[in-house]
Amino acid sequence: MHRKQLLNVGDAQILTCSGEEITVAAIQATPVKYDMEVVRWFTIAAAIYACVGTLIGVYVASELAWPFLNFDLEWITFGRLRPLHTNAVIFAFGGCALMATGFYIVQRTGSTALWSNKLAWATFIGWNLIIVSAVVTLPLGWTSGKEYAELEWPIDIAIAVVWLMYGFNYIMTIGIRKTSHIYVSNWFTMGMIVMITYLHVVNSMAIPVSMTNSFSIYSGVQDAMIQWWWGHNAVGFYLTGGFLAIMYYFVPKQAGKPVFSYRLSVLHFWALSFGYVWLGAHHLQYTALPDWTGSLGAAVSLAMIIPSWGGAMNGMMTLSGAWDKLRTDYILRFLVVALAFYAMSTFEGPVMSIKTVNALSHYTDWTVGHVHSGALGWMAMVAYGAMYHMIKKLWGVEKMYSESLVNVHFWLATIGTVVYVVAMWVSGIMQGLMWRDYDEYGTLTYTFVESVSAMHPYYAMRAIGGLIFNIGTWIALYNIVMTVRTASAARSANAVPANA
Amino acid sequence: MSDHDTLYSTKLQDKVERSTLLMFVLTAIAVAIGGIVEIVPLFYLPNTAMCSSALAGADATCNNTQHKDANGNVIPMDKIIWNPETSAHKTLNDWVPGDGVRPYKPLELAGRNVYIREGCFLCHSQMIRPFRDEKDRYGHYSIAEESMYDHTYQWGSKRTGPDLARVGGKYSDEWHRRHLKYPRDVVPESVMPNYFWLEAKPVDVAETVQTMKVLTIMPFNPVPKTIYSDEYIAGAAAELEGKTDMDALITFLQGLGNHVKFEEGVNYRD
Repeated sequence: MHRKQLLNVGDAQILTCSGEEITVAAIQATPVKYDMEVVRWFTIAAAIYACVGTLIGVYVASELAWPFLNFDLEWITFGRLRPLHTNAVIFAFGGCALMATGFYIVQRTGSTALWSNKLAWATFIGWNLIIVSAVVTLPLGWTSGKEYAELEWPIDIAIAVVWLMYGFNYIMTIGIRKTSHIYVSNWFTMGMIVMITYLHVVNSMAIPVSMTNSFSIYSGVQDAMIQWWWGHNAVGFYLTGGFLAIMYYFVPKQAGKPVFSYRLSVLHFWALSFGYVWLGAHHLQYTALPDWTGSLGAAVSLAMIIPSWGGAMNGMMTLSGAWDKLRTDYILRFLVVALAFYAMSTFEGPVMSIKTVNALSHYTDWTVGHVHSGALGWMAMVAYGAMYHMIKKLWGVEKMYSESLVNVHFWLATIGTVVYVVAMWVSGIMQGLMWRDYDEYGTLTYTFVESVSAMHPYYAMRAIGGLIFNIGTWIALYNIVMTVRTASAARSANAVPANA
Repeated sequence: MSDHDTLYSTKLQDKVERSTLLMFVLTAIAVAIGGIVEIVPLFYLPNTAMCSSALAGADATCNNTQHKDANGNVIPMDKIIWNPETSAHKTLNDWVPGDGVRPYKPLELAGRNVYIREGCFLCHSQMIRPFRDEKDRYGHYSIAEESMYDHTYQWGSKRTGPDLARVGGKYSDEWHRRHLKYPRDVVPESVMPNYFWLEAKPVDVAETVQTMKVLTIMPFNPVPKTIYSDEYIAGAAAELEGKTDMDALITFLQGLGNHVKFEEGVNYRD
């Protein structure tokens, strides 16, 4: 018997992985009691952090357009707030979204409760305490000076502990699954758990000089390579791998179709896991890093188009035969546009890693635009698609409080992202061209500051794009809170006659 | 069921998907390889400015790095990295620009801590690429040795403002002071925040002295104890007394990029 690609029998049936039938009857005979309360809390936290994180982003973007917004307060200068923005969106919003969906998926695809519900709660509390400590310490200027790994060493240790708590619980839950095969989403999450552990531990190695300051044990070339090995793989395994786990579960569930191709997902997973790791060096083209390292990074970057697009196609084609649902299903819209941005970013990235392109794009806003087409267009969109789907299941409602507000959020998110990315494309390429331009006398045409003032309209446009996106997140939060309140009210209303 | 999925997975893949342990182990191996291949050689190949490690000890050749001039003659490494034993200038206070890459003096180090604390690296790179326009705008391209003492490198990834790798000596101290205090007083189009409040902050003496001590015990490229000697570190506090974060930051900036005397016709990237 081949794979039974049945749906709505049990989650394990979305995509089983070999030619074997799963004994559905056995699973259904004893309904599983999942540990979903912690998932609910992670979901709400993600919705809140998305609002806060992108709001800080809008603010720091505005500081670059209108510098008076620094207000001569050291705590909110661009240099101190920018790390707070990146940490808030990546680790607070992204992290809570990943842990919510992760704990949801691993239970439902394995037909089992969590290995330890208590450990999951400890993870929730610990992760949020880390976020609070970031909010306090980064504006105070307590930073390790490593991009995307700014938090100081006591917090780094806490991150390692909480991450291992999460990872251990997750993998043990896979271990006690009732299904024969491990579902594809869990492969990606497992890859993320392992890789982020490697990256965080190696990259954060530092010797403290005080409780609030420390210095990397590596210097110069080695530190740069290790930093971008971390930096790009935080993108590759956390913002891509982790969110692909979301994609592989929620796209088929929301579309009501099995994953298009099981074999493509096998290719996608192994090629991504093996290949993504090499890409970090493309951040250091033409620097003092030996040329071979950057070239190797670029070569593998180009090769990564194949599995990335394979994965994007796999998600898109899952909708074949169900495209009409896009007219009415707003959640599906989030997921499909996310896949489109995933495909776009995973093409743009390799192009930017080519040396001749990188010579122009490096150090410019193009990089910032690229990051945001991934972070807003792919990561946030797929996360919101999953969050809306989960909220209905978690609170047992048929519809969101307002389905049309989901649609409004969808359009604000899409338009905001496009405005942001277009602004950065124009400003980035313009910067690159202005810096290298020579006049007829063989001297540089533009002073540096001319390139700065030429950026003003695009920095304003970027801030507006970000604001549009941010407004969408508040609408989402309102919609989610109202859905939860309505569901809770309905539940207590139903409870009364039952008691009477 | 669609045709493309009638193909079975391989037996190995099937086995892996059934076993949590096997999936964990194989994934852990797959994701480790790329990093090992790209990172580990940087600790033993030439041209990576790895000149001292806790495992191999000090190595004046920096893994046999050989920068050759136009005639193919190898430039001695002590022309590029300051070595007090072979140099005519024996202490940090005697060192002059062109003597080669040296560790930071105490006030510079205090300034570097301010530079990191304020997140300057988020808008200013310290890594000049080997392009004609960058040479005309910023100076000679950066070489690996120049950041060998930079624990927590500061190459940066974005130029919202200009590169600072060779900003030392380009402007007067007074220009820097006015510019850091109110950037738009000097450069009207600037988007940099005002940093006048750095003048009100005294240098953190204890932390700077501790930073010097820590730099001598780094497992990779530590500052040699012959340079940061016990006496030198003991004397640091006196140099830092009465200075502000502003003084320190300006001193740090003025020391950037003039360590090595670059010769025509030498390829420093081979």
